[in-house]
Amino acid sequence: MLNKVNREIPDDILKDKNYKPFTTTEIGDPETTYVAHQVKVSQGDNKLVDSIPEVIGKTGLKNGMTISFHHHFREGDFVFNMVMQEIINEGFQDLTLAPSSLTNVMNDMVIKAIKAGTISHITSSGMRGELGDFISHGGLKDPVVLRSHGNRARAIENGDIKIDVAFLGVPNADAVGNANAIHGDAVFGSMGYSLMDAKYADKVVLLTDTIMPYPNTPASIKQTQVDYVVKVDKVGDPDKIGSGATRFTKDPKELKIAEMVNQVITHSQYFKDGFSFQTGSGGAALAVSRYLRKSMLEKNIKASFALGGITKPTVDLLEEGLVSKILDVQDFDKGAAASMANNENQQEIDSSWYADPYNKGAAVNQLDVCILSALEIDTKFNVNVMTGSDGVLRGAIGGHQDAANAKLTIISAPLVRGRIATVVPDVTTVVTPGDSIDVLVTEVGIAINPKRKDLIEALKNVPGVPVYTIEELQKRAEAVVGTPEPLEFTDRPVALIEYRDGSLIDTVYQVKD
Amino acid sequence: MERLRRTMMFVPGNNPAMIKDAGIYGADSIMFDLEDSVSLTEKDTARMLVFEALQNVDYGNSELVVRINGLDTEMGKADIYAMVKAGVEVIRLPKTETPDDVVETEKVIAEAEKFFGIENGRTHMMAAIESAEGVLNAPAIAKASDRLIGIALGAEDYVTMMKTHRYPDGAELSFARNMILHGARAAGIAAFDTVYSDVDNTEGFNHEVEIIHELGFDGKSVINPRQIPLVNAIYAPSDKEIRNAKDVLNAIEEAHKKGSGVISLRGKMVDKPVVARAQRTMALAKASNLVDEDGNIYAK
Repeated sequence: MLNKVNREIPDDILKDKNYKPFTTTEIGDPETTYVAHQVKVSQGDNKLVDSIPEVIGKTGLKNGMTISFHHHFREGDFVFNMVMQEIINEGFQDLTLAPSSLTNVMNDMVIKAIKAGTISHITSSGMRGELGDFISHGGLKDPVVLRSHGNRARAIENGDIKIDVAFLGVPNADAVGNANAIHGDAVFGSMGYSLMDAKYADKVVLLTDTIMPYPNTPASIKQTQVDYVVKVDKVGDPDKIGSGATRFTKDPKELKIAEMVNQVITHSQYFKDGFSFQTGSGGAALAVSRYLRKSMLEKNIKASFALGGITKPTVDLLEEGLVSKILDVQDFDKGAAASMANNENQQEIDSSWYADPYNKGAAVNQLDVCILSALEIDTKFNVNVMTGSDGVLRGAIGGHQDAANAKLTIISAPLVRGRIATVVPDVTTVVTPGDSIDVLVTEVGIAINPKRKDLIEALKNVPGVPVYTIEELQKRAEAVVGTPEPLEFTDRPVALIEYRDGSLIDTVYQVKD
Repeated sequence: MERLRRTMMFVPGNNPAMIKDAGIYGADSIMFDLEDSVSLTEKDTARMLVFEALQNVDYGNSELVVRINGLDTEMGKADIYAMVKAGVEVIRLPKTETPDDVVETEKVIAEAEKFFGIENGRTHMMAAIESAEGVLNAPAIAKASDRLIGIALGAEDYVTMMKTHRYPDGAELSFARNMILHGARAAGIAAFDTVYSDVDNTEGFNHEVEIIHELGFDGKSVINPRQIPLVNAIYAPSDKEIRNAKDVLNAIEEAHKKGSGVISLRGKMVDKPVVARAQRTMALAKASNLVDEDGNIYAK
């Protein structure tokens, strides 16, 4: 059947996997029931285990179970590969892999585990590189389920993801499992995503290279949640966990887009004292914070909070007093991670607090302004951040669908990238419905969602910000790069894209070679 | 009224990404280069690329200029024919030494126009002056053809020839700048200053733009889009200048309504140069997004 964003959702998937088709971005106030997890009572003795093989034995891992990891170490992660290799070695079969996301450094090991039959199901926020290629070419029989960070929190709470064993790498822990990510060699700041696993998994294993004296505070993950602690040589490569000093882009096109994004923000009704924002990472997004800072100083406006994935430029605004609080679910660079340890106004939040649609109110619901990116955006403002123009999986939902809930959601994207249009008649894959997108900013000008008449009025005469319809921008992109041949897919689904409420918004099919 | 030419942005003719995006930065003129920035092996590719871009890419209100290879090279003639056919607004001659260089090029342009059935004289020209001889001939070069819209200083070769190099105070270019400026003004055409190649040195760039703005140049050649807003900021009129210009323009309108030939403002007669300056100030104010369509200053 066709869902509300006009995507054909196969009936057998709806039936077999008990899915509802996507209908609306409005969450409303339904009642829901959270699942509880099993607890193996411990007096706190003997939690410290010598090796990964030994701890796998102690967790009672069995074929068919679900294991989870977090992706806070990003490209510097050592934990995933160490643990997964051992699980393959021990011959486990038919496991479900349910990490918060998958980074490139994990790709080879995931493919190896799939080929060995160790992993037969995957749910993640995204996948890229060789793994994305492998899955898009039919490497896994069961379609991968892709969820936003907020939706993963919801799925864990609702039991859609039932984690049997969570293997969580941490930069430090004491012998009974109190841990944080602000001290040690491999600091990554906020433990946001992994806190859900620590709270809801039946068995929680911490892996660390630094054992601290008891009690190790501040504790983000607590001894009450942890079954075992394993000492390993190194949990991660500090240089690859987060980028070093954040450099502002010198790319004139990115600067041009950033400047226009700032114009859109500062001419909207939301730019007033006490407003809130989320900028994300990436060249243009970082540059926006520089322009925004200038505008805030000029107009004497201060923000109440900044949300989401945090970078050093956002921390600088906090220190300068232009932002009162940071709600921090992850840190993208060393400066932001280091600040977590020193600034009490930088609050660590878990992904439920950040973005979960099915709790008693998430931070994204309070968000005024949000800047997001796009691989593609179509004339219905639907956004794709998951599949490339070749139809292959090469992205991550991240917090995209969640943060698009902001009162002013801005997509910043170039009109074309190389020879590929970004603004297209129909996106390859709908990840975030156009209903939650308000303004598209490109280097040639902006397009405003027609339903936002207030923004059309507010932005119609901003000097240096030409307003087009999105159809006009799409035509302009087409004039530069031409019309591509339609992509060819087989009829076999390789990935299911959930909306944040767990309904099915799109299906990704195996590419034809 | 004469068009604004505060910035002429250089774009290498063999770089598709830069050619595609050249229109988005608000340069008053865009100069696609087929000459020095293109290696010999890429001359044909660059010519074809620019030929297609001129006909297919939307460059908004920017004036489109192409710097061709000199007629003393085997590419020169082919460049002219291709650009004339593509409908370029201005063909820029490199390394112009004498008025004859202009006349020779104009002949080929006229031939090309005739060959393609294009109206004679539609293709304009500008000349870059890059040598001691060229500087000394600047006044004559500026008057060598009705097609010329301006002359420009190209300082890189010039300073080497003069046995000096670029200095922050610009003393080494003082004579050349004044010759070119006077040549241009005597001929009633535009004067463009040379490029500033240290793109990360904003302070040095601003200093140089202030110098040429004071002298009276129409604008500056830029090699990076990030230099455009810097030039525009220095060329932007002050609020006081804008208000004064608006008063002058209002006085003209009043006088026209009354059918009066004599225009006066605050007891003083408004003569032609004052009107021209007021119009230019208002055009600069509009281009700098300082005033709305009616000339009212935007609230800050």
